[in-house]
Amino acid sequence: MTASMKPHRLTFAFQLTVTLLACAFLMVPAGASILAGFTANYFRGVSSGLTLKWIGEVLALYSDTIALSIAIALGTLGVTLLIGVPAAWALARRPSRLTRLVEEVVTLPVAIPGLALALALILAYGGIREFRMSPLFILTGHVLYTLPFMLRAVMAVLAAVDVRTLEEGAASLGASPLQRFFQVVVPNARGGILAGALMVVTLSIGEFNLTWMLHTPLTKTLPVGLADSYASMRLEIASAYTLVFFVMIVPLLVALQLFGRTVQGAAK
Amino acid sequence: MNRGAAITVSGCGKTFADGTRALAPLDLDVTAGETLVLLGPSGCGKTTLLRLIAGLEAPDAGGQIRFDGADVTALPIEKRNVGMVFQSYALFPNMSVIDNVAYGLRVRGMAKAARRAQAAGVLEMMRIGALAERRIDQLSGGQRQRVALARALAVEPRVILLDEPLTALDAALREHLRGEIDALLKRLAITAIYVTHDQAEALALGDRIVVMRNGAIAQVGTPRDVYFRPADDFVADFVGITNRLAGTVTNGRFETAAGFIPLPPDLASPAAAPAGQGAVRLLFRPEAARLIPPPEAGLVFEVMQVEFQGARQKVTLKDPAGARILVEAPADGVLAPGAAVGLILDPARISLA
Repeated sequence: MTASMKPHRLTFAFQLTVTLLACAFLMVPAGASILAGFTANYFRGVSSGLTLKWIGEVLALYSDTIALSIAIALGTLGVTLLIGVPAAWALARRPSRLTRLVEEVVTLPVAIPGLALALALILAYGGIREFRMSPLFILTGHVLYTLPFMLRAVMAVLAAVDVRTLEEGAASLGASPLQRFFQVVVPNARGGILAGALMVVTLSIGEFNLTWMLHTPLTKTLPVGLADSYASMRLEIASAYTLVFFVMIVPLLVALQLFGRTVQGAAK
Repeated sequence: MNRGAAITVSGCGKTFADGTRALAPLDLDVTAGETLVLLGPSGCGKTTLLRLIAGLEAPDAGGQIRFDGADVTALPIEKRNVGMVFQSYALFPNMSVIDNVAYGLRVRGMAKAARRAQAAGVLEMMRIGALAERRIDQLSGGQRQRVALARALAVEPRVILLDEPLTALDAALREHLRGEIDALLKRLAITAIYVTHDQAEALALGDRIVVMRNGAIAQVGTPRDVYFRPADDFVADFVGITNRLAGTVTNGRFETAAGFIPLPPDLASPAAAPAGQGAVRLLFRPEAARLIPPPEAGLVFEVMQVEFQGARQKVTLKDPAGARILVEAPADGVLAPGAAVGLILDPARISLA
């Protein structure tokens, strides 16, 4: 194998084939699922004709779920912004052993299985009936789960712009802590805040483990609804549901990718 | 423009949370309007002292800082009305040049048109009016330095604090900007405290220099004092003094192996001699000595080596005890190795350590 570092033609062809096969292996189920969502009768196949009927039925059956999912994602975003940005600022301005510890503790929910986190929430607050029944219960779980992502995204950008010195500069010009936060810290952390926000919304919309444990029949989010439709509806409806889910989540993922690239580019 | 504030630092030490002692309790008076340079190697506490005066750090219990007599020890930096130029400039990347310069006026509640007009005036004074609408990342190092200075001056502070403002620049630009800063500080008559580790910068800019070492003040004096009359070995090393002669002080004379010289009254008094009347060393620069024929001199040396440099010659001398010194002399007299020469020293440019 010492012969050459140049890609051999045959090697290249082999690699391309393997890559394409792997892609196909992953894409075929997605394609089949999407196609099933448009097929009039799955068991008779595409020959039964294509239809938008199932999509319509999904929207009719699950519009509340879609709306609730979006509401919870936006609510989670609001809370993580409100807590995460000032917390990241506080952690970034005085790096010490204590702030490291806080950072680690806040990051724990990422490592713990969602089910365990949900169980802990139910044990602690499940007795408060009003809270347990309301979508706020799911929102609480989502905040716990997504907060570290917001925190880390913002902390990374604050470290990159050397926010401590910028703040000292602003303070030397007479700016109060509040003025410093809104006029210097937040504008210069914008890239990290946006990246964190996209991450939080994407995670909240797609979250299943935790939400499945926390939901009630009246508080269902998109992934829980998906599981529900698989269990109790025609396969065509479940497939159409997947399609709706894709349409919502893929633009977010693409935005996340594009944005991550521009932030990285700006940091260099 | 406005008058600078006098600053009094009394009993200010600084111990950091991890137990590191950055500064031993010290006193320092800064006269209104003067440029005071804090000079020393890295880790000597000069930046910590600057940050205490700025209000970015609080002194240990017992320390007090006064501006024009008023106690500001408990005031954070935003309430002290100081201007500060940081080593990394700390310019706001989210604002244009003119918005950076106007920021201090913005937080003081000045209307947009008025503060932009005033900021534009400061930019003109710094001769960077053309850069007003640029983004910070479109500026060169020297331009950033000017913007940082303009931003600090725009709020018309009573004191301006400069933390190694030229360190990030290349040598030629550093020298050029040093001259500009010097002229500016003299014109504004503002109180300035300038931190540097570069002795050339300190000598050129300072009305007075504070040499620091290991968190304490080693010497306070005019650039001439520090250059020609270093208080101790450390300062002498730091400002690059090369010649040291061992000897004793007796009856107002310095006696050494090569002979003796009378000391000027300020060095002859017992208070001035560091070790009282005992063993001391005489410090002087190569250019503070003059060579004369031996019979007229109190100090007589043997010529070891002569390095002819055109206008001047570098002469290495040896005393009877074998100690070597270096003298820079005019190139008119021809000196042969082995010959005896007399040495006289400018009394204003010698010191004892």
